[in-house]
Amino acid sequence: MDVLANLMLGFETAATPLNLAYCLAGVFLGTLIGVLPGLGPVATIAMLLPATFGLPPVTALIMLAGIYYGAQYGGSTTAILINVPGESSSLVTALDGYAMARQGRAGVALATAAIGSFIAGSIATFVIAFAAPPLADVALRFGPPEYFSLMVLGLVASVVLAHGSLLKALGMIVFGLLLGLVGTDANSAIRRFTFDIPELADGLGFVPVAMGMFGLGEIIKNLESEEGRQILSNRVQNLMPSRADWQRMIGPILRGTALGSVLGILPGGGAILSSFAAYSVEKRLSKTPSEFGKGAIEGVAGPESANNAGAQTSFIPMLTLGIPSNPVMALMIGALIIHGVQPGPAVMTQQPSLFWGLIASMWIGNFFLIILNLPLVGMWAKMLSIPYHLLYPGILVFCAIGVFSLNNAPFDVYVMVAFGVLGYGFGKLRCELAPMLLGFILGPMMEENLRRALTLSRGDPTVFLSRPVSALMLALALLALAAVLLPAFRKTRETAFQED
Amino acid sequence: MKALRNPSDFWSGLLFVVAGSLFLTLSRGLEFGTPTRMGPSFFPVVLSIILIAIGLLVVGRSLVLHGEPIEGAALKALALVTGSGVLFGLLVRDGGLILATSALVIVSAAASRRFHWLTALAMAAVLATFCAVVFVWGLGLSIPLVGAWFGE
Repeated sequence: MDVLANLMLGFETAATPLNLAYCLAGVFLGTLIGVLPGLGPVATIAMLLPATFGLPPVTALIMLAGIYYGAQYGGSTTAILINVPGESSSLVTALDGYAMARQGRAGVALATAAIGSFIAGSIATFVIAFAAPPLADVALRFGPPEYFSLMVLGLVASVVLAHGSLLKALGMIVFGLLLGLVGTDANSAIRRFTFDIPELADGLGFVPVAMGMFGLGEIIKNLESEEGRQILSNRVQNLMPSRADWQRMIGPILRGTALGSVLGILPGGGAILSSFAAYSVEKRLSKTPSEFGKGAIEGVAGPESANNAGAQTSFIPMLTLGIPSNPVMALMIGALIIHGVQPGPAVMTQQPSLFWGLIASMWIGNFFLIILNLPLVGMWAKMLSIPYHLLYPGILVFCAIGVFSLNNAPFDVYVMVAFGVLGYGFGKLRCELAPMLLGFILGPMMEENLRRALTLSRGDPTVFLSRPVSALMLALALLALAAVLLPAFRKTRETAFQED
Repeated sequence: MKALRNPSDFWSGLLFVVAGSLFLTLSRGLEFGTPTRMGPSFFPVVLSIILIAIGLLVVGRSLVLHGEPIEGAALKALALVTGSGVLFGLLVRDGGLILATSALVIVSAAASRRFHWLTALAMAAVLATFCAVVFVWGLGLSIPLVGAWFGE
């Protein structure tokens, strides 16, 4: 089997002592920072990105992937222990996880999350190994029109499946696309929207923008409501789920894995949607739906497995197409480019050890996650009892130094501050930040593919409709938009997201 | 602002219109080109127009449909946190890492309701030392510990 041979190559790459050490370090640091309230995976990865600059590309990517799983798991820990989801994908975990913690079953909830994540992660690793090569084959035949339409579909899907106002989310995408165009136009070498600031010639940095919106903005928001966090850290004991718990959680874990694996591949899908979907499925399948929200273990097992599976399969579009399906993948693309790797279908054939090494490291990362987190749960819980006013100045320091060290430029720090204000403001106005960040990273790519497509077709815009794959993707995007406007769909979409 | 039915929609729509208009205005000096040969302002102009249209729709909708009010902003936290970031940027090169870090910590710590001078100073000392050890000596980042201001 080709896949098995490839996976072997991957494990050989990932299992060198250096890579193993960085994988472990990534998982540890990711969890450590992800546990801090208000820092989700995006901010965590952005903060630790500079630490990977000196590493070889494979090692750096393996470490970043480890940081990602760690941060995700850290987010679930805060969701369960203090009802503060580190990021939106653990929103639903907070419902039943926190309820379990209040009943003195915090340890079991944390263990369930870790076990579910591990099983989901292991299965999703194989899903990627089997699904990525054929997809990359297809992607190699994509021309500029297909890429453009795919990005349209991805952006539309990311807002259709998100919550909040659709129109505002579309506005945020377009705003993000425009911000992405700041800097030197690749085609004409003319500087656009730079106000003659030399630092803007290369455009706004992705890390300062992401760190501002998801790090700084979040800190300001948290300072609004500093008081009144209830910490259940002293009740973490008795980790092992009972036999009855195991029986109740295995079904949700497998269903969550299946759901997450599929939804993660979709552009704009990923972890958030998967966890919400898994929660509603479990609630619907349950014989005792009234228990949900009051500490049902299924409500932790399903979504946690789903978000981990989704988090992992969302690497597929990133690795095979070079298109990010969520802000974390956008950061990964940024990291790859910094390391001189252009993400896309060619990565798999030209750098097989990087590609398969990353995939193998996903399984290793998940393994580390479980052996690291079960014994360390007590330590994470202690970290949560540090009062916020002693934490956030430190977080700010790390953000500032991390951003500054990218280019040794104070300008990047100012960009971060500006986007912190912008992110906080948009939060006040109930505008979603994730679509804007996706637009921001896709802006230049979309322009380039639009330009090439139109040049090839001699200015004929019907090229997007006459090529079947491109037409199909645009039709799907349109369908998705139309579906939101249907009253029936709108109602389910609202209820699905109202369960938080 | 009581007259507004949906203030958060109204202001976000207005923001979209303003941002779109800004990009549109800034695109004016650039070549638009033709679809076959897209100029540097082709894509931005198209996007700006879409953004303005979306903004107008959002504003229009806000005048018809009711929505929740905007919660009050934590202006003090906003000012102090952003101020501390800017201060760090101003100080880090010429003042050095230790000064910049301490300033960042003390100013941002003041944003908390539980601020106390002594804890802020202690935090500044701990974090400045930690960063000096980890980032400059450990990771070898090329940030001066003590800047040019104190050099000669």
